[in-house]
Amino acid sequence: MSIRGKVWKYGDDVNTDVIFPGKYTYTITDPKEMALHALEDLDPKFAKEVKKEDIIVAGRNFGCGSSREQAATCLKYAGVGVIVAKSFARIFFRNAINQGLPLVQCKEAVENISSGETITIDFEKGELSCKKGVFKFPPLPESVLGILKDGGLIPHTKKILKIEEGE
Amino acid sequence: MGKTFAEKILALKSGKKSVVTGEIVTVSPDIVMSHDNTAAIAKKFKQIGIDKVKHPEKIVIPLDHCVPAATEKYAANHKEIREFVQEQKIENFYDINTGVCHQILPEKGHVLPGSLILGADSHTTTYGAFGVFSTGIGRSEVASIWATDEIWLRVPETIKINIEGTIPSGVYPKDIILHIIGDLGADGVLYKAVEFGGKVVREMSISGRMTLCNMAVEMGAKIGYVEPDEKTIQWLAPRTNKKYEIIKSDTDAKFEKIIDYNISKLEPQVACPHTVDNVKPVLEVVGTRIDQALIGTCTNGRIEDLKIVSEILRGKKISKGVRLLVFPASMEVFAQAMELGILQELVKSGAVIMNPGCGPCLGAHEGALAPGEVCLSTANRNFKGRMGCKEAEVYLASPATVAVSSLYGEITDVRGDLK
Repeated sequence: MSIRGKVWKYGDDVNTDVIFPGKYTYTITDPKEMALHALEDLDPKFAKEVKKEDIIVAGRNFGCGSSREQAATCLKYAGVGVIVAKSFARIFFRNAINQGLPLVQCKEAVENISSGETITIDFEKGELSCKKGVFKFPPLPESVLGILKDGGLIPHTKKILKIEEGE
Repeated sequence: MGKTFAEKILALKSGKKSVVTGEIVTVSPDIVMSHDNTAAIAKKFKQIGIDKVKHPEKIVIPLDHCVPAATEKYAANHKEIREFVQEQKIENFYDINTGVCHQILPEKGHVLPGSLILGADSHTTTYGAFGVFSTGIGRSEVASIWATDEIWLRVPETIKINIEGTIPSGVYPKDIILHIIGDLGADGVLYKAVEFGGKVVREMSISGRMTLCNMAVEMGAKIGYVEPDEKTIQWLAPRTNKKYEIIKSDTDAKFEKIIDYNISKLEPQVACPHTVDNVKPVLEVVGTRIDQALIGTCTNGRIEDLKIVSEILRGKKISKGVRLLVFPASMEVFAQAMELGILQELVKSGAVIMNPGCGPCLGAHEGALAPGEVCLSTANRNFKGRMGCKEAEVYLASPATVAVSSLYGEITDVRGDLK
């Protein structure tokens, strides 16, 4: 699997409130509507201009703050193909995987990518290619990869329960 | 080599003899908490394709994030939750007259030392104050646990934070944790288990320990933990008759790091907009005008907090132009504050007493901010847009600092009024 897309670059500690404001957490339930508010309080241009398979590149601690899964859901439905960051906040990390949204943790690559450039990520090889070079990143743990491959935790759980029923 | 609390409890809950740091284990939690997000979780649960939750007795659902419902949409959300709770025969449901989840889970006896609690809320770390492994998870994960009684967790490395010295006058547990977050940064202990220890923590009330563990997540921690002691046992005694086992790190456990703080000279602290780790001594921002002062939330809405506030406000009026909102963290706290005459005094000072719940902390209702406004709050987060408006500013401080600042209409050093 590989993804090629345009980069939207942001800094450190991009928190869940600027990704998906708390005032919408119980009033917006449709993922497509969530996507219209993605990154609303950080970059109002983003939701309007983001294209399918665009890539978010950010600094440390991406997704810190609330456990709200909509922070991952809104980015996924906005079309984001993958998020590359120096590090991720732990609940956001889980939420993204559980929504079937791939993540790449690679500090060195982040430092070498500029906003607006087009980059390619090859998940099998664990490689990220950008203008300034090719960077290696570690693969996700097998159990986590399984959830991602099934398209998220709900389809994954569905599959597991079906397998158990069949035995 | 000894084991840490995190290693011991995750071995126990995954049915293994022992586990090592970095290992991914499948565990079965003792309690799964969700709140106003339960209706959304129920929808995901139904997508899995099964009808009944596996262990209704493990599920605890308090309504707290927007109570009573602010609009028709919120009302419909609550209605769906009540229907789901009935359908699934979930007994541990707490309606809008109970309080904030992180206060009422301990109060109602759901938090037992040595247990594993997962919640669809990032501040689930609060229960670590009782020697629990507790952390936040997402909505899909709660739905999946309802269906399977299982979830994967990575065994975290542990960082020990020792807090030594003597707490100076005007300084409270909130100032201590703000100072630590400011020092270590918003990702200072990312993915790590954090054990709070040392003389100051041993002497600290359960309420103060809850404040520490509540905010551990603001520096990225997976869990906060305080070793249970006689105080913990006493606090829990009237609230549960269930048996529990206290789990502690071995004396020769391997910590990734040990960080020592001496707080004898610590001054009152404040987290400035728009990040929790933007912490300064109050003295540096003294004089900053405030429009709203908020006391409450899962961080600082307990009876100990309200007592401090009432001592500062007693017989005085808040500044004209300041709106002081007080949210007791639970009905139990509300009733206690009423019996002690605290609410009466606060009302006389000009406070608006609100119902137990999250209030405007997440910007949903009951005191959202307008552009250009400033709120000084005892809550745990001050991100841009947090209180409903991205052109507003939120500062975070102790209940004492918020109370004294409401008297002067500007951020004020409480030590001047205590002397």
